[in-house]
Amino acid sequence: MAAPCVSCCALLSYRLFFRGKVNLAPRQVLWKAAAAELPTVSGSQISRLRHTTVLTTKKNVAALRRETYTVDFIKKQIDEFNIGKRHLANMMGEDPETFTQEDIDRAIAYLFPSGLFEKRARPIMKHPEQIFPKQKAIQWGEDGRPFHFLFYTGKQSYYSLMHDAYGKLLNLEKHKNELQAKGLFSEEAKTKDLIGSRWLIKEELEEMLVEKLSDQDYEQFIRLLERLLTLQCGAAEEEFLQSFRRSVTIQSKKQLIEPVRYDKQGMAFSTSEGKRKSAKAEAVVYEHGSGRIKVNGIDYLLYFPVTQDREQLMFPFHFLDRLGKHDVTCTVSGGGRSAQAGAIRLAVARALCSFVTEEEVEWMRQAGLLTADPRIRERKKPGQEGARRKFTWKKR
Amino acid sequence: MLKGMTRLTTRVHKLDPGHFLRMGTQASQSLAAPLDSQVSSESLRSISRTSEDDPAKHEERHEGQHYNLPLQEMKTIFPHGLPPRFVMQVVKTGEEIGVKTFSEACLMVRKPALELLHHLKNTNFALPAVRYVLYGEKGTGKTLSLCHIIHFCAKQNWLILHIPDAHLWVKNCQDLLQSTYNKQRFDQPLEASVWLKNFKTANERFLSQIKIQEKYVWNKRESTEKGSLLGEVVEQGITRVRNATDAVGIVLKELKRQSSLGIFHLLVAVDGVNALWGRTTLKREDKSPIAPEELALIYNLRKIVKNDWNGGAIVLTLSQTGSLFKPRKAYLPQELLGKEGFDALDPFIPILVSNYNPTEFESCIQYYLENNWLQHEKAHTEEGKKELLFLSNGNPGQLERLCAYL
Repeated sequence: MAAPCVSCCALLSYRLFFRGKVNLAPRQVLWKAAAAELPTVSGSQISRLRHTTVLTTKKNVAALRRETYTVDFIKKQIDEFNIGKRHLANMMGEDPETFTQEDIDRAIAYLFPSGLFEKRARPIMKHPEQIFPKQKAIQWGEDGRPFHFLFYTGKQSYYSLMHDAYGKLLNLEKHKNELQAKGLFSEEAKTKDLIGSRWLIKEELEEMLVEKLSDQDYEQFIRLLERLLTLQCGAAEEEFLQSFRRSVTIQSKKQLIEPVRYDKQGMAFSTSEGKRKSAKAEAVVYEHGSGRIKVNGIDYLLYFPVTQDREQLMFPFHFLDRLGKHDVTCTVSGGGRSAQAGAIRLAVARALCSFVTEEEVEWMRQAGLLTADPRIRERKKPGQEGARRKFTWKKR
Repeated sequence: MLKGMTRLTTRVHKLDPGHFLRMGTQASQSLAAPLDSQVSSESLRSISRTSEDDPAKHEERHEGQHYNLPLQEMKTIFPHGLPPRFVMQVVKTGEEIGVKTFSEACLMVRKPALELLHHLKNTNFALPAVRYVLYGEKGTGKTLSLCHIIHFCAKQNWLILHIPDAHLWVKNCQDLLQSTYNKQRFDQPLEASVWLKNFKTANERFLSQIKIQEKYVWNKRESTEKGSLLGEVVEQGITRVRNATDAVGIVLKELKRQSSLGIFHLLVAVDGVNALWGRTTLKREDKSPIAPEELALIYNLRKIVKNDWNGGAIVLTLSQTGSLFKPRKAYLPQELLGKEGFDALDPFIPILVSNYNPTEFESCIQYYLENNWLQHEKAHTEEGKKELLFLSNGNPGQLERLCAYL
């Protein structure tokens, strides 16, 4: 295994160089460039080295072939990672036993501050399983006979998964028939598990099975799982199904709602800010009013003579059906007329959140009233007249 | 009551005009009872329209309602007086009704106009003419209020001296002649002749009654004798365009002199009076700017707007829309008239014309709906009305522009 090891170390170092990593002394902290985010779901396969022939050509075609890592190599990396973790904990003065991955991330960010914009290019230290892509083990023994009975289908893990799932389905149906025969069958509803989670997407399934799938394969699999859902399951089946669900975070809970304040006369009001291009606005919305709006002390009809700007101001109130019910006083600076109108609109929408139910806040978010418009003036590039406009093309 | 007011004005004109309004309008009550919009369409029609066509009989209970202005009268009284958008609206209404002979103009009765009517009904013609100044934000209805007053005075058989827009005389004049009467001043033959024609249409019957009291020599061959009719002077001005400006000057002088005699009542109505004391965009041949007093028309107009005559009233409107070199947001008399103008107009009664209040707004929307102006399906719903109210903020001009698209 020495020769393959050496070559694969060379491969590794070459790959390291390509990925922009710097390999310090192996016992020290290793910088590893991140691959795409790999799932932490443990695969059902043991990663063993696939038997690949090592080409001995003059050109170094290492970069063109799939990278292969021996099991020993991965094990070595894991050991080094753990030792490095303990060293890092000692360095930071923390307890090595309870040093979690988040602590590692914080420590690395502290010790190696980076000004790079691309987060994936910054130094990280993660478990080798997350960094090295999972690879298939050798699937046949010394006599050339494959281990798995479905090897010759080509996609053995996929078909074995389908086989297992179908087997479970049949078992459940048999169980259900037995219960019905005995008369002990009872309907139960179980929909609560499904809200807030979604099925795996095709890419995630591929990573889990370490195999390429086609779209039809994926759809077939999802259909089978849906069928399983319709039946009553025991605990084991539930776990099996949950391993294929991912949670979906509900966005609106991240929305910050301003508290309602009360001024000297006891009137309820709420303040918030909004930005658009280079205009900044701050709006004070009073809960009870008659629909008067003052911008920088001037009536909005005089400040915005263009109807389009006034329509922008109208949008949050019209959406919530509260057209004549609030008074607004706002200050705005910077930008142009349209940017100021957009900034005030955002500020008013955010301020209105405090007078409105959670559901309506979610509707506003979906309508786009609470999102700051990220569009900014595009930079002019050299060699062109403007951001996109090129110089006049002359044929000669 | 007018005596008290003229004395008060000298003391009070420095105060906030709103304050003065509250003092001066003790007679006018609060708004007419708010009219519900949940009643049937019959009564909705009665909200927005009234059958009372005579402005003399308009009272607070008609506030917010539109009254009909017959076309014939419109042509005689306002040959040039109505704002162009209003004329377009009238023509459009006529086209939509389908019969060109029957098309109507409707004016809304509003509080400032009612107030003015009240003052005018109680004018004491022995005292010097009182000046009323209508001011307000852009698009609130100053010009149309002025037209309402003019209609009233025409019905009462006053002589109407109406200058539709004084700004037209201080800008965009193609030909300026040196005045024959006074070498320092400049003539504007085109504008003067146009105005004379309109004046003739408006006041036909008076022209054959009033006699001039001086002899005027036009040039070596032509002159008008003392005792001949005013109509002849006007004819002279119209036919001989070169002398039109002088004809205008003569008309103004004679009318001023003779109204004090009590033969007729004179109403001087000037729209955009801040043009008289602003700047002009006209230049001499050597590119030096001309001051307003060097224009003969403006000079004569200033003389008649002074309150040293009696037997009538002077109603003026400030306007930022046509004004030169004034910021867009200026609407107060002090800002638009400048120090010189304010001092010249010094004792005057300011009347603020503001945006629609909710009843007036409702009435206006009803009027548009009846004439099938608003074709949008949401126009007659409550939400639609709220939207329109928000977008126009009750400003009549803005509302009209918005509804023109719907």
